[in-house]
Amino acid sequence: MILLETIAEPVAATGMFTWAWTMIAVPAVVAGLLLVAGKLSDAWGHLLATAAVFWSFAIAVCLFAEQLLAPATERAVSANLYTWFTVGQWDFQVGLLVDQLSILFAMLITGVGGLIHVYSIGYMSHDPRRRRFFAYLNLFIAAMLLLVLADNYLVLFVGWEGVGLASYLLISFWQHRPAAAAAGTKAFVMNRVGDLGMLMAISTMLAMFGSSKFTEVNAGAAGTEPMWATLIGLFLLLGACGKSAQVPLQAWLLDAMEGPTPVSALIHAATMVTAGVYLVVRSHALFEAAPIAQLAVVIVATVTLLAGAWIGTSQDDIKKVLAGSTMSQIGYMMLAAGIGPAGYAFAIFHLITHGFFKANMFLGAGSVMHGMNDDVNMRHYGGLSKAMKVTFLTFAMGYLAIIGFPFFSGYFSKDHIIEAAFADNTFIGICALIGAGITAFYMTRLMLMTFFGEERWLPGVHPHESPKVMTIPLIVLAVFSVGIGAVMNFWIQTWLEPALGIHAHELSLVPTPVGWMTMAVVALGVVAAWLVFGRSSIPVVAPATNNPVTLAGRNVLFGDQVNDFLFVTPAVALASAVDTTDAKGIDTAVDGLGRAFLGLSTQLRRLQTGYARSYALTMVVGVLLVGAVLILNLVG
Amino acid sequence: MTFPWLTFLGLLPLVGGLLLLLPMGKGAARTLGLVFSIATLAVAAGVTVLHVTGADLAVQVPWIRAFGAWWALDVDGMGLAMVLMTAILTPLVLLAEWEPPANRWGAQAFFALVLILEGLSLFVFMANDVLLFYLFFEATLIPTYFLIVGFGGARRGYAAVKFLLFSLAGGLIMLASVVGVYVVGASQGAPSYLLQDLASVRFDGDLGRWLMLGFLIAFIVKAPMVPLHTWLPDAAENSTPGTATLLVGVLDKIGTFGMIKFCLGLFPEASLWITPFMVWFAVVSIIWGALGAIGSRNLMRLVSYTSVSHFGFMVLGIYAFTTTSMTGSIFYMLNHGFSTAAMFLVVGYLAKRTGSYDIEAYGGVQKVAPVAAGVLLVSGLATLSLPGLAPFVSEFMVIAGTWSRYPIVTAVSLLGVVLAAVYILRMYQRTMTGPVTDHTAAHFTGRDLTGLEKAIMVPIIGVLLFLGFVPQPAVQLVEPTAQATLAYVGTTDPAPVVKGAK
Amino acid sequence: MMNPENYLILAAILFVIGALGVMLRRNALIAFLCVELMLNACNLAFVAGSHITGTLDGQTTAFFVMVVAAAEVVVGLAIIVSIYKTRRSTSVDDANLLKL
Repeated sequence: MILLETIAEPVAATGMFTWAWTMIAVPAVVAGLLLVAGKLSDAWGHLLATAAVFWSFAIAVCLFAEQLLAPATERAVSANLYTWFTVGQWDFQVGLLVDQLSILFAMLITGVGGLIHVYSIGYMSHDPRRRRFFAYLNLFIAAMLLLVLADNYLVLFVGWEGVGLASYLLISFWQHRPAAAAAGTKAFVMNRVGDLGMLMAISTMLAMFGSSKFTEVNAGAAGTEPMWATLIGLFLLLGACGKSAQVPLQAWLLDAMEGPTPVSALIHAATMVTAGVYLVVRSHALFEAAPIAQLAVVIVATVTLLAGAWIGTSQDDIKKVLAGSTMSQIGYMMLAAGIGPAGYAFAIFHLITHGFFKANMFLGAGSVMHGMNDDVNMRHYGGLSKAMKVTFLTFAMGYLAIIGFPFFSGYFSKDHIIEAAFADNTFIGICALIGAGITAFYMTRLMLMTFFGEERWLPGVHPHESPKVMTIPLIVLAVFSVGIGAVMNFWIQTWLEPALGIHAHELSLVPTPVGWMTMAVVALGVVAAWLVFGRSSIPVVAPATNNPVTLAGRNVLFGDQVNDFLFVTPAVALASAVDTTDAKGIDTAVDGLGRAFLGLSTQLRRLQTGYARSYALTMVVGVLLVGAVLILNLVG
Repeated sequence: MTFPWLTFLGLLPLVGGLLLLLPMGKGAARTLGLVFSIATLAVAAGVTVLHVTGADLAVQVPWIRAFGAWWALDVDGMGLAMVLMTAILTPLVLLAEWEPPANRWGAQAFFALVLILEGLSLFVFMANDVLLFYLFFEATLIPTYFLIVGFGGARRGYAAVKFLLFSLAGGLIMLASVVGVYVVGASQGAPSYLLQDLASVRFDGDLGRWLMLGFLIAFIVKAPMVPLHTWLPDAAENSTPGTATLLVGVLDKIGTFGMIKFCLGLFPEASLWITPFMVWFAVVSIIWGALGAIGSRNLMRLVSYTSVSHFGFMVLGIYAFTTTSMTGSIFYMLNHGFSTAAMFLVVGYLAKRTGSYDIEAYGGVQKVAPVAAGVLLVSGLATLSLPGLAPFVSEFMVIAGTWSRYPIVTAVSLLGVVLAAVYILRMYQRTMTGPVTDHTAAHFTGRDLTGLEKAIMVPIIGVLLFLGFVPQPAVQLVEPTAQATLAYVGTTDPAPVVKGAK
Repeated sequence: MMNPENYLILAAILFVIGALGVMLRRNALIAFLCVELMLNACNLAFVAGSHITGTLDGQTTAFFVMVVAAAEVVVGLAIIVSIYKTRRSTSVDDANLLKL
């Protein structure tokens, strides 16, 4: 394979790269410290946790700088830390791979993560369990970095489960609320279904290649039988679906909004949910050997990007609209990742721009909630642009970025994906295009309902701007939402070229026909939203409707009902069947055996009359029987 | 002759237990019991050091010449892992049960019985002679019976008798096989129960299969596998948390331990013959146990059902016949001891405050007793095999090792992994989260875990974390057992299909 | 010389009488005598057998039986006497304490 030869072998870590492990270790240790130290660290825990993330960020930036200075073939660096375990023919090392792909993630995670830590200092200032919140956030940062920096699938899986745990803990952070606790459990369990895929994929890799190291899997991928390569691809896709809330494992993401808003911004928008995209891109060699698996990725992605957008159009909860939007945008990334070498760089590109503008908007939504007494219902908002200027302006930057307003960051990244989709398959391209239109529609709806129109505030609510500790991260993120696309547009392909074995396409600033079409569709979406929501007043209670499209959207496409019907109800029935079988079946049989013996011995007891004469009779009868047998034997 | 360390190791707690039967004050008895259990731990640590440095610890003294029975003790990696686990758990159990339920017998009797049980279990794990193993195997039932019947819950009588009858039934079938082994051995010129002598005896054909089944059924009862598992939930529900820990954490391991050491070690051919059946049987146990845990309304029952599921994984790993899966199984035996101990002991802490094991009796505990909730969560995460905690490594080894031979079976068994998340997190959600119930507020406010209770959990969770991140020493300890067993059975690991073009 | 089988027939008759006595009579002393009768029926059979085979084994065994019978009489009578002392009865049916 020509493509594979271009992937440079990672070089051994030297200099700054030997510090890479501290990116993971420092937040992990701080998390443990804050949890164990308990109330002692209440006063300074959040500061230490924030400092730990900035430490990781500093290291990541330094490593990035070193990579920039190094020649293209020596940018990928691997650092083996220690032997995890060796068993049989298999050797499992804990090792880090800092290459062009993972360093981008590391910077995104620690950069956005650091800003969100700062924001949380303000957002969580009144929560008595703030220290614990920061401990969990740090745990998340450590696990997420482990996920993206691992040099083999098993260590990646450790990070994968680690972020799942952190996500669980943070979604159900307000545990006294039953809905939050249930949402956490649901998220973890659905992620576990995805984890099955991961476990099966890793097991298959071990059986096929004898190793789960990226380098060895990539090297062996081309020589794998198509059936097994396809299976591995589908297993990985299952894992990615769980983590990235892709159909059919999407139902947990909207419930996950029960968590504090910074969590939604960090985990359920910017970083963790994009791990599935990372996984697919990282496993590109396998997917290239398995066209069927690639096709499955494309189908899942397309369905998800439309489903997420659909959900976004009919929710009234501001965070749930954003969550539907996240699903949809990750669908775009998955689509790009599934298309093949033409799309990898754009998947990562959109992932990064999305990380910034979606975190920006989530934090903006948090800021709105902060001023509205934690009300999330957009029907109770309206006219907030005057009350919260900074929040409004920063949110607007994110809005323009996500709908793809020319020269905002989303414009570059999303357009590339749509173009790549058209190049791959016209139908898929049209779906992606429609998705862009719906995105513009629901985001405009959100803007209109929140920041414009008349004030529908509930009595006693006095919207106010958030403190500086919250607005400064917003401003930083807004700057990135505007500019990161233009900065990375011409650079990202060349940068990722050696890591992913792709060839850069010529890009031009002049829009292509597809680009013009996209702009037109987006404009259509904006206008449509304005016609529906901008001109007339918005009812405070959602109007009853029989429109099946709206109903499905409000009910999250009936994902919960489907899961209940297909999985939960049968599982509960089986559990009670097991209970009954154990108690009524097996135990009755065993107890019955005991009773049978008891009854038998009760009968036998009657033989013991206590009369010597009857014993003597028994004896005589016995003697006679023995005699008879002997005689019969003698005769016979 | 060198000092018989292994004999000393087993006798130490036995002597301690017998000493405790003498009349003495309650305080003195508890201190003495603890001293003996810690001394045993120290000796076990010493034995480990000796084993690692390569010393020959085997003890071999003729015992009953007429039967060819020997007082033969030895430890391999697996035996040593079990010995260490037993020796570590016993003092922790004694500390956790410092004040056993007062309604029946006193603390002195409890300490004495636990020490006797420890001594007998140690001998079970060290015995290198079939008859000796059998005797100690049966002898462990006696202290366990009294531990259940003397300190247990409402239906302790029923539970104890049920436990005893299941175990005795299995044991009797095994006795027939033990006799059969001698007969076959004698007919082939090796009238001995010593394992080394039996290694050269061939148990072929139907006879070998029947003899193997005799052992296997006893071990299936012990390692409870569906459908012979129903004694376990009852026994666990009706015993104290300490007893349940020893019962599930230590005694049940004899089942999987015996499968490797005796079923595979004596009857390789018959074991291969039964493999297809056992593999599916294990899968049934995995899923059955998980579903049973989901359906449980009692915390002790829930934990014991999770063990049924986990024993399924161990058996699956054993009968997959790859180095990885079997090493994983043995390692799982070790980890499961600690994760179950953590679960049972935490549940015990909770019940000590509310007096109930019913899930319904809790709710919102996290708010008033965060440390208890946190410890329960960590124990639960270990039970559901979260990476970073030791059970993950072993479960992964079982799954990956089995996958290379039986992908479909493994895929089905993975349902158990999902269900594990369901039963643990549902339990946690129902007991620890949500609004604080009146019942919880009354029993838990200001009564989070005490210093002693936390101190007991530190080594258990410490071991789980340590072996989660640094499993290599333990894996290296137990891998030779798996390799030796597989070499004896005569199977080789599947080779990688694709040669990586490095 | 009589046919030696007649001795055997006599022994059998005596044995059956003894056995029936043990089973049918309630008086412990009579039952006891019947036991003795059975023992002596056996002795007769042994001696007859000895005569038939022309060896001394049967005769020797008969002596053994006598010794055992004597010992048994001692123990048995002692039991009967003590039961009579406590219960004022020698009926075997009154002494059914062996019943579970």
